[in-house]
Amino acid sequence: MAATEVITADRLTKRFGNFTAVDAISFKVTRGEIFGFLGANGAGKSTAMRMLCGLSMPTSGRATVAGYDIATQSEMVKRHIGYMSQKFSLYGELTVRQNIALFAGIYGLKKLEIKERCASLAESLDFTEEMDMPVSILPLGQQQKLSFSVATIHNPDIVFLDEPTGGVDPITRRQFWELIYKKAAEGTTVFVTTHYMDEAEYCGRVSIMVDGCIKALDTPSELKKEFKAQNMDEVFRSLARKAQRQ
Amino acid sequence: MRTLLILLRKEFILFSRNKFLPKIAFIFPCMVILVISLVATMDVKHVGVTIVNWDKSKLTSDIIADLEASPFFSVSLENTYGNALDNIERGKTDVILEIPMDFQKKLETGNSTMPHISANGVNGTKGTLGAKYVMESVMHTIAEFKGVGLPDHTSVSYLYNPTLEYRNYMIPALMIMLLIMICGFLPALNLVSEKETGTIEQMNVTPVKTHVFVLSKVMPYWIIGIIDISLAMLIAVAVYGLVPAGSLFAIYLAALLFIFVMSGIGIIIANFSSKMSQSMFLMLFVVLLCVLMSGLLTPISSMPDWAQYATYVLPPRYFIEIMRSIYLKATPMRDLTLQYAALFGFAAIINTLAALTYRKQK
Repeated sequence: MAATEVITADRLTKRFGNFTAVDAISFKVTRGEIFGFLGANGAGKSTAMRMLCGLSMPTSGRATVAGYDIATQSEMVKRHIGYMSQKFSLYGELTVRQNIALFAGIYGLKKLEIKERCASLAESLDFTEEMDMPVSILPLGQQQKLSFSVATIHNPDIVFLDEPTGGVDPITRRQFWELIYKKAAEGTTVFVTTHYMDEAEYCGRVSIMVDGCIKALDTPSELKKEFKAQNMDEVFRSLARKAQRQ
Repeated sequence: MRTLLILLRKEFILFSRNKFLPKIAFIFPCMVILVISLVATMDVKHVGVTIVNWDKSKLTSDIIADLEASPFFSVSLENTYGNALDNIERGKTDVILEIPMDFQKKLETGNSTMPHISANGVNGTKGTLGAKYVMESVMHTIAEFKGVGLPDHTSVSYLYNPTLEYRNYMIPALMIMLLIMICGFLPALNLVSEKETGTIEQMNVTPVKTHVFVLSKVMPYWIIGIIDISLAMLIAVAVYGLVPAGSLFAIYLAALLFIFVMSGIGIIIANFSSKMSQSMFLMLFVVLLCVLMSGLLTPISSMPDWAQYATYVLPPRYFIEIMRSIYLKATPMRDLTLQYAALFGFAAIINTLAALTYRKQK
C-alpha cells in the first residue's frame, strides 16, 4: 500500500436483511485530499461512511482507514479519525468549553493543550461569551462549525463529515468551507458528503453513489467533461435519474 | 483512568443540569419509607362486624360489649340477617355474627349451640382473618362467662417482631424498590436517551473503551443509590424508631452488591433498546417480576413449587432475605454466606453480559 493512501475500500458491502445498502464499492483516497462523497438520499452514503468510521460492521469486502482494517482494528481506526454526524450530536446541556474539554480529554489531550485549543477555537469561531453557553441554545450554523472543530480537535489524519452544511445559510456555509480548507491545508484528509452541488465543485475529487454503487469518480472538471455538463448539478442529475430505489 | 474521570465529570454536570433527576433522587427514598410503607400494609384493622342478635341475655350483651371494646372491630347492629347481608353487599361490613335464640339458656343447659359467622370472601384476607378474630373474641367471652379458661389454649408469641408490625417487615424490603428504581431504571434511561439524542454515536467514534464508558454511566447511580439507602435508613430510625438490629457493614455490602446487579440489568436493557419507551417497558417487566415474585409482598414459601424454584434466579430474593434477617434478627453475616455469594455471582454474570452486549460497532 502506498503511504499516501489513507482510505482504501475494496468491494465494501453492507446488507440489512435482503436490502443491500452499500453494494461492493471500491475506491481510494489520498492524504490531504478533499473527497466529496455524493449521492441522493438513501443512496448509501451515510452507511458507507459509518462503516469507514468503525460504527458499522461491513457485511463483506474490506477497507482500511489510516492503514488499519475497519473490521478487525476499528478501535485503532478511531484514534486517527474525526467524525461529524448528520445529526447535531454534542451534549446540548454542556457549554461550548465543556464539550471541547470533554472530547479533547477523551482523545488524551493534556489540560494545558485543552486550554490552548479553547482559546484558539474561540478566536477562529469568533466566540466570546458563547464559550460558556450551553451549546443547545447556539444557532445551527454555529453549532455545525463547533461540531467540526470538536471533530478535528485532536488533529486527526482523516475527518468524516456527514452532510455538515445541511440547513445552514449560504454565508455560514462559506465560512464552514473555509474551516475545511484550513484543516486540509494542515494535512487532514477530508471525506465529506453533501447535497449542495456548488460544494461539490470545492472538492478535489468527487464520487457519485447511485443505489449503493459508485457510478462516477473523478475531479469535478473531468466529470463535467465526461458527462458533457455545464456544472456538477447536471452531472448529478444525469446519474441520479437512473436510480431504481425511491 | 483519566478518561473515566472526564466522563464522570460530564455525567455529574448533566445530572445537576437536569431539572428532574436530582429531585427524584431525593424525593423517592422519602416517599418509599414514609408513604408506601404505611399504605402497603396487610394488617387487618377496622373489620366491620354486623351483629344480628336474637337472644337478649346477659351473655350476648357481654359478647357485644367485648367486640365493641376491641380496636380491631367497628360494630353495628341489625334486626334481620337479610339487612346484615345488605350491609355486606354495599361494602359497609365484612363479617356477620348471628346469635341464635335462647343462646345463653341452651349453653347453660348444655345443649350444643354456636353463633353463626358469615364473612365476605371478596376481600379474602380481611374476611378470613376478621372471622377468625370475631370467633376468638366470642369464645373468650363465653369462656369467661362459664368461669373456665379456654380449652387447649395455645399461646403464640412472635419472635423478632413482637408486635407483628407489618411495617417493620416491609421497610427493609421496600429499600430494594428504591435501589431498583434509582440504580436500575435511571442508568438505563440515561444510556437510551444518549441513543435518542445521537450523542452516543459521537462517543462510539472515539477510542474510548467500552467498559470505561459504561462505568461512567453506572457509577454516578451507585453513589446516589448508597446515599439514598442511607437516607431511607435514617428516616426509618427517625420516624419509626426502626434501627437495624445487625451490622451496618453487612447491610451496605449487600446493598452494594445488589446495586451492581441492578445497574448491570439496566445497561443490558439499554443495550437492547433504541427508544426510551422500549427500555421503560422492559424495565417495568423486570420490576413487576421483582415485586411479585421475590418475596417482597408475599412469602415465597406459600408460592407453588415451580414458582419457588423460579425465585432462585431472581437476585432481589437474596437481597430481601439478607435485609430482613439483618434488620430484624441481627443474623451474623456467616449465616447468610449463601445469599451474599448468590448476589456476588449475579453481579459478576450480569455485568459481564452488560459489557459484552454493549457494541460500539454494529
